[in-house]
Amino acid sequence: MSHVAYWLTVWLFAVGLYGVVTSRNYVHMIMCLSVVQSSTYVLILEVGYRHGSTAPIFLDVPVGTPAVDPVVQSLVLTDVVVGVVVGALLLSLALQAHKRTGTLDPHDLRTLVG
Amino acid sequence: MTTRARFVLMAAGIAGLAALLVWGTGGLQPFGHGQSKYAAYLNANAVHQRHATNVVSAVTFDYRGFDTLGEEFILFAAVMGVTLLLRSQLDERDDAPRDRAEGRRAVDTSDAVRVAALGLIGPSVLLGLYVVAHGTITPGGGFQGGVVLAAAPLLLYLSGRYLLLKSVHPMHALDLTEGTGAGGFTVVALTGAAVGSAVMANFIGKGQMGSVFSGGTLPVFNVLVGLEVAAGLTLVLYEFLEQTLVVRRS
Repeated sequence: MSHVAYWLTVWLFAVGLYGVVTSRNYVHMIMCLSVVQSSTYVLILEVGYRHGSTAPIFLDVPVGTPAVDPVVQSLVLTDVVVGVVVGALLLSLALQAHKRTGTLDPHDLRTLVG
Repeated sequence: MTTRARFVLMAAGIAGLAALLVWGTGGLQPFGHGQSKYAAYLNANAVHQRHATNVVSAVTFDYRGFDTLGEEFILFAAVMGVTLLLRSQLDERDDAPRDRAEGRRAVDTSDAVRVAALGLIGPSVLLGLYVVAHGTITPGGGFQGGVVLAAAPLLLYLSGRYLLLKSVHPMHALDLTEGTGAGGFTVVALTGAAVGSAVMANFIGKGQMGSVFSGGTLPVFNVLVGLEVAAGLTLVLYEFLEQTLVVRRS
């Protein structure tokens, strides 16, 4: 039972990947990609978790109180914000592709047009 | 490449990935037990070393500050990329801005949404400023507060008036704010190298623990990142709105 939480992130990753592989619409694909990305956030937060611990904020509790890993939290918080903007970058690529070709289906966009 | 060849290639890749995932996940320490030595060291020492009661903030902008410098420029580059990709193309022209998308039936914003959105603008700005300012002592910081601040222009748009949004948020001010955030971050980071020991070294006095100005360079970085995130997200919002409401195929 001790690894159930980790398998949850594997499931999340697999669901997102399935979506990316089978997607027939770029906007849908970008959403699936963000599901894959979220699975990595959940995984590294889980790695930093420790039973019976509090948040690594020592304003109300004295230093030495068991606390979870601050490094993984720092990694995730910066990447959540950056991930949103990178998602916007991908969406603007999809938008221009739609303007040029009139479709968002990856199957119809196979050939590169200069 | 044929569909069949692509399928075989993907199946092989997924089989390899699945094997690695099962192997790697099985080898992790049991959930909720044990902690890295690095985490234990930071939790025990960061508060006294940096006078920052929020250890996450101390890690983001000091202990692992160099990583954040990189993240900061990913953010900057992505916002620039959106701006560049969504500029008017050769076969497009800018139409007079209007409050509805072309070829779509415009639904009037209901009074309830309008009042709620307008009423939330002030509180969200205040909350955003609070979260940015207290990043060193309580949960929060520049990244989180910046996102809360960026909610204000979105609420202004939700309250129903694109033209009002346009008059409140001129592009030059946003560009300037974003540049100030990214440039200021770099300048403060390099000043650490010039007067201190390394890039992003904490070279300002640590201050009274628990006060807004504690933590040396931490509050400075929080404010600069807050500016950049808020301006960057607003620029992205603005670019997408312009695509719908201003840019037309000529």
